[in-house]
Amino acid sequence: MAKSKPKLAVWKFASCDGCQLSILDLEDELLALTGEVEIAQFLEATRAVSEGPYDLSLVEGSITTAHDAERIKMVRQQSKMLVTIGACATSGGIQALRNFRDINDFVAAVYARPDYIDTLATSTPIAEHVAVDFELRGCPVNKHQLLEVVTAFLFGRKPMVAGHSVCMECKMRGNVCVTVAHGTPCLGPVTQAGCGAICPAYDRGCYGCYGPQDTPAMPAMSKVLEAHEMKGRDIQRILRTFNAHAAPFREESQRHDAADDQG
Amino acid sequence: MTRRTIKVDQLARVEGEGALHAQVIDGKVEHVELNIFEPPRFFEAFLQGRDFREAPDITARICGICPVAYQMSSVHAMEAACGVTVGGALRDLRRLLYCGEWIESHVLHIYMLHAPDFLGYEGAVDMARDHAALLQRGLRMKKAGNAIITVIGGREVHPVNVRVGGFYRLPERRELTALHDELNWGRDAALETVQWAAGLPFPDFERDYELVALRPADEYPLNEGRIVSNKGIDTDAAGFEDIFEEIHVAHSTALHGNTKARGAYLVGPLARYSLNFDRLPESVQAAAMEAGLGRECRNPFKSIVVRAVEVLFAFDEALRIIDRYERPAEPSVPVEPRAASGQWATEAPRGLLYHRYDIAADGSIRVAKIVPPTSQNQPSVEEDLRDVIAANLALDDDALRGRCEQTIRNYDPCISCATHFLKLNVRREGGGETCDAS
Repeated sequence: MAKSKPKLAVWKFASCDGCQLSILDLEDELLALTGEVEIAQFLEATRAVSEGPYDLSLVEGSITTAHDAERIKMVRQQSKMLVTIGACATSGGIQALRNFRDINDFVAAVYARPDYIDTLATSTPIAEHVAVDFELRGCPVNKHQLLEVVTAFLFGRKPMVAGHSVCMECKMRGNVCVTVAHGTPCLGPVTQAGCGAICPAYDRGCYGCYGPQDTPAMPAMSKVLEAHEMKGRDIQRILRTFNAHAAPFREESQRHDAADDQG
Repeated sequence: MTRRTIKVDQLARVEGEGALHAQVIDGKVEHVELNIFEPPRFFEAFLQGRDFREAPDITARICGICPVAYQMSSVHAMEAACGVTVGGALRDLRRLLYCGEWIESHVLHIYMLHAPDFLGYEGAVDMARDHAALLQRGLRMKKAGNAIITVIGGREVHPVNVRVGGFYRLPERRELTALHDELNWGRDAALETVQWAAGLPFPDFERDYELVALRPADEYPLNEGRIVSNKGIDTDAAGFEDIFEEIHVAHSTALHGNTKARGAYLVGPLARYSLNFDRLPESVQAAAMEAGLGRECRNPFKSIVVRAVEVLFAFDEALRIIDRYERPAEPSVPVEPRAASGQWATEAPRGLLYHRYDIAADGSIRVAKIVPPTSQNQPSVEEDLRDVIAANLALDDDALRGRCEQTIRNYDPCISCATHFLKLNVRREGGGETCDAS
């Protein structure tokens, strides 16, 4: 027998499965990856499960139930390294919109029998519950960044994932600035890079799906958006999508609470 | 035991983790329950008050495996509400994008999720040890599907280029023709996939389903068509809620879909194929007949063959669209909001996906209703399981559990449900104890 390979585990909480799918979307690298690591737990790909402890756990999804709040502790206990992947796991995801409203209204709006539904009032990122060794942003994550993170942790080095803005990526890609050239509102200045600046490359403004960059100037961003004919309500909407609970986006969106009519 | 049921007219998204509980008393299947305990995410609730143009990006996040389906149903429903029809090359591009998703999603299921059931492996990685070439063919086909989505949509998961009225940016002709050679290879590989899948061992199992799918006038269904069934349904999307209903049951955060008149029904590849065989290109029909499918298929275990036939169709259709593509002048048509309701259904890889939005004159969404294929198929899954268990009581628990998992995976209910989620507790009791809903 060859020496034992590092054990990789993939866990799902409240999410759309898209970030886990990014692993299976590594069509050219998947078989090489499985040659280097033992897939010890990855329900999306295999029914084979081997017991912990795990060398690296990738966690997708946010915490929305009491049961999951306990389950993530179990995952942490069994994992040497724990990396959260995607907007749900790193900021609570789109389902964190419940954090701004009364959850009972939400349940009643969707289910005829709210008494059947067990849910917490909030959707929160993994790091609000357990210690996290690295957070990979994105809705969804970039599969090449994901591979970089897995590789880095297996070799015991720091992942090379930039914390700068989408604007930097636009320059590197050679995109014309959609705001300057076309007057299109864009969250690129406050949003973390990683996607490859695809929205500006497709003639639309960034909508912030990678969450806030390291040093986002939120009030200045709002001023630029207002200058491009976005009302307070529209600014609040664009900040309240897939990373609505991330502090810079959340706090800025709350500044617009009283300022404008609510839709 | 009391099972509580009640009608609902709003629903929540669900695909994900679940469990099966079945109870057999005195050799009789007394109770079968597919539990879905994916945490609810309340999409319909937080869509209220959002702008109508936000629906495609928000609803895409319901499912990372079929985001294009959610984008397509939402933009068409919004256009219906606003009285706009998108035709010509923009319509073709939407079809092409959807072909990419069918390929990516179906091939993932065929090769990585379903094939291990037939060949006796725990998963695709296991299977690759003995069938590396097979898995590599699947991965390359999947990549070809994803390449279509990436070129048109910007990325394969949650593409960014779909908007109400069309697209933000149109691909140049050369960007699409660059895909041609690989799609040509993919069409050949899909034909090999049909032939390979046809040779798998299938249990002798058929049921008299009510099959429900879109049926367009002159093409295989993707983005439009009347909603029809083999038991007499024939309606446009606006009539959907008159005919179908959803029930909220205690054991699931997914709502159960039923026809009001007759109960369980089936959406997805078997239904599409059986109701639209005559809409397939002749070469695809011929491949299906050679694979022994016939013009209809009611054996859910053969869904893997039907998916392969649909992959062949999708490669064929993608090539047809690319070959005649001329870039239009404008990437989208203008859509002005008005106070109205819009309904639409498209064919997600797993089956009919219905959206309804009531919007206000300023474009705010007042009501959103989304009925995904997984909800609609859940009662049929449970009925299949009941029959499969009854027919296989002689199997030991492990073998029976495996057969039940395969039965559920026939539906490709969702990637995380479809692989491995199953905890099967078969209680075999000699006495007449009352079973409990877990």
